[in-house]
Amino acid sequence: MAYKLLIEKRSADIPKWLPAATSIGSVIIAFLISGILLKIIGGDPIRVGKFFFEATFGSWAAISDTLVKATPLILVGLACAVAFKMKLWNIGAEGQFYIGAFAASLVILVPLVTPETPKWIVLGAMMVMGMIGGAIWGFVPGYLKAQYQVNEIITTLMLNYVAVLSNNFWIFNKWSDAGFQMTPTFEKTAWLPRLTDYAREYTGFSGMTLHLGFIIALVAVVIVWWILERSRWGYEIKLIGDNPHAAEYAGLNIKRNIILVMMFSGALAGLAGMVEVTGVVHRLQERISPGYGFTGIIIAWLAKLNPFAIIIVSILFGGLIVAGREIQPSGLSQLLQGIILFMVISSDVLLRYSIRLVKSEE
Amino acid sequence: MTDTPYAVEMKDIVIRFPGVLANDRVNLTLKKGEIHALLGENGAGKSTLMNVLSGLYKQTSGTIKVHGEPVSFSSPKDAIKAGIGMVHQHFMLVPTQTVTENILLGLNEPRFFMNIKKYDQKVLDLQDQFGLRVDPTMKIWQLSVGEQQRVEILKTLYRGADILIMDEPTAVLAPQEIDELMETMRSMTKKGKSIIFISHKLQEVTAVADRLTVLRKGVVTAEGMNVEGLTRQKLAQLMVGRNVMFSVQKELQEPGDIVLSVNDIKADNNKGVPALRGLSLNVRSGEVLGIAAIAGNGQSELAEVITGLRPCKSGSIKVSGKEIANQPPSAAIKSGVAHVPEDRTKVGSAPSLSITDNSIMKNYRHDPIGNDWSINYPKAHEYARGLKEKYGVLAPNVRTMARKLSGGNLQKVILAREISSEPTLMIAVQPTRGLDVGAIESIQHLILEQRKAGTAVLLISEELEELFALSDRIAVIHDGELMGIMPVAEASVEKIGLMMTGERIMNKE
Repeated sequence: MAYKLLIEKRSADIPKWLPAATSIGSVIIAFLISGILLKIIGGDPIRVGKFFFEATFGSWAAISDTLVKATPLILVGLACAVAFKMKLWNIGAEGQFYIGAFAASLVILVPLVTPETPKWIVLGAMMVMGMIGGAIWGFVPGYLKAQYQVNEIITTLMLNYVAVLSNNFWIFNKWSDAGFQMTPTFEKTAWLPRLTDYAREYTGFSGMTLHLGFIIALVAVVIVWWILERSRWGYEIKLIGDNPHAAEYAGLNIKRNIILVMMFSGALAGLAGMVEVTGVVHRLQERISPGYGFTGIIIAWLAKLNPFAIIIVSILFGGLIVAGREIQPSGLSQLLQGIILFMVISSDVLLRYSIRLVKSEE
Repeated sequence: MTDTPYAVEMKDIVIRFPGVLANDRVNLTLKKGEIHALLGENGAGKSTLMNVLSGLYKQTSGTIKVHGEPVSFSSPKDAIKAGIGMVHQHFMLVPTQTVTENILLGLNEPRFFMNIKKYDQKVLDLQDQFGLRVDPTMKIWQLSVGEQQRVEILKTLYRGADILIMDEPTAVLAPQEIDELMETMRSMTKKGKSIIFISHKLQEVTAVADRLTVLRKGVVTAEGMNVEGLTRQKLAQLMVGRNVMFSVQKELQEPGDIVLSVNDIKADNNKGVPALRGLSLNVRSGEVLGIAAIAGNGQSELAEVITGLRPCKSGSIKVSGKEIANQPPSAAIKSGVAHVPEDRTKVGSAPSLSITDNSIMKNYRHDPIGNDWSINYPKAHEYARGLKEKYGVLAPNVRTMARKLSGGNLQKVILAREISSEPTLMIAVQPTRGLDVGAIESIQHLILEQRKAGTAVLLISEELEELFALSDRIAVIHDGELMGIMPVAEASVEKIGLMMTGERIMNKE
């Protein structure tokens, strides 16, 4: 009896669980393919897998490390998702991240506060500054798009370079720490509290660098989810994203929304920059982001623009970054990232087509 | 090549699409060296017939002969090989390339090296032959619409076409450009080319064509008739027919106060050509004013200008006494203007969003659906379920995506949404286009219910039957100008048809 594959376009609504199932399935398949590749080049996939797991989720300290890496990813992932929801292709989360980090640091570097200012006011001011900085970096392409139909992909991409280079300029020329490409470490009042800070009360926290930024990111997830799924603005974003002509017909101000969404997206990426400065590096430095802004694009897509799914995807990618640091060759985790991306994108076919095995008639 | 006076003979052509008989035993003959006009209303089957002749579709049955030889085209390439070239209404040109480059596009020459000067000269020679002037080194975006059309014609000539199909070539042109085009067409036939000229403007047909064929609803009503001595009356009758069927009954009622007052408005179409040239009209509450016009005479622009989707250059538009000309669409919505747009998928709905999301498009800002900040989705779903029930929208549930709905059901969602806003004025553009009989009837009933409820209705339709059945008065627009307004009782298909082709009848208001 012969069989053949029957591929049909789905006509009915897809079941709710299917998108999640295909995403999880494609990650598992990606791991399997990586294992096979490792085997072919003579590695031991089981051992590598074990090591991967231990380095990322094997202990509380490892989990803490993974979550630290996931924190900025969640925020930039949200930044991209918000813009993508309106089909605004913000490729500039990287630049908005840098400007956010820079603007937040100004509070300390200029300085805008006295050394006696209480910690919460310093951190609050840095947060506001970081978000404003990112929002300004989002406003520019948003305004150009709304007013003069300038392609936002180009402007956001170009502004990334402007952000990175101007950040370098200030670090080297004004606030360099003894000629190094970084500023002096900030006072403790500008540090987000970390678990290890409470090691005296809870000894288990000793050495854990997970900081308050992770909670900030989770709060941001809930807020963004509410805005996108429950708020009036979110409805308008959805409508403009799906059909701008219908949105105009429904009386929406599209230009204003383009600018607002770009600013909101920029503010989230700027917040990520602020969190990285105050939670991890505690100073402004060159290469403060190893490309988080670009990873955010991938994360937003893999999560299908769902804020809660962004948490999970970010933790997975955070884990890959942590593991990549510890494993040789370090390219291995990038390879895995690539395979995951490939699998998830191709799994989309399953959402649009149903594939069945049928008996073929001779 | 057999000796025959005909360049093209199409015989008993039947074209059937699922559920639609687009062409029913159509005959068309094109003599060598003649300009043959093909007339008919929108949807009469002209384009379908020409798409068969240019190899885009295949006829269900019937035969086609070119220069006496039976042909069977399976792709446009075959048709081009047989010497048939189509000049499309929408140009297919690359804006950033030069005239010559566009003409060469898709050809097998030059094979490798591009000696553009040589080809520029070739194009110039071709121009000399037919009197089609356009600088071959110019980029397409630098050219006027008329010049771009000449490039399209040159493209087909360069490919050796001796039978040209021109699909409404005058629709995009300014008056003086139309004269130039006609000059070109005459010089082409003198050089032995044969032309099929699709149009629905009588004065153009009588000015340039030798014979004509008229299609109505897929059937030929005049075959190869001589243009000489043809009157407007005769043509209008051939095009729109005389039997008007009343499918719905409307009750007599006295209209109320003036709701919409449009005064001397002027506006351009998307190409920057004037589409409305000083149009004035009123609609009263409880009255349906029907707008009759042949496609592309400004009626779509009229709807867009009133609803704020298109700027107007001068004039005033008042709804219940409030000026709304040149204000954003939200101003019209606030003044109680509902709009059933011409294009229900591109303008009227968001295809990937749910029925609920599409139902609340106009009222999500207010109680009970939403407030300044949030949207109450349980209430929204409830509201959408209510509409779905009341208007009989067939769909699994209100979370179904709009794109999964049939045309009729989508139109019901749109009408339900617009009617629920309890409008003072409703603009309905082609509300029943493309729908099946059952859906048409229920949509027409909904419009009459609006009239009963005291809404002023501006109904723009290309279906004369629909206009006669629903309207209290009918206004006819031609080339952006009002040809006249008359009560439906005094109107006849002949009269309206005449006015649609440009005859002005004194305004009796």
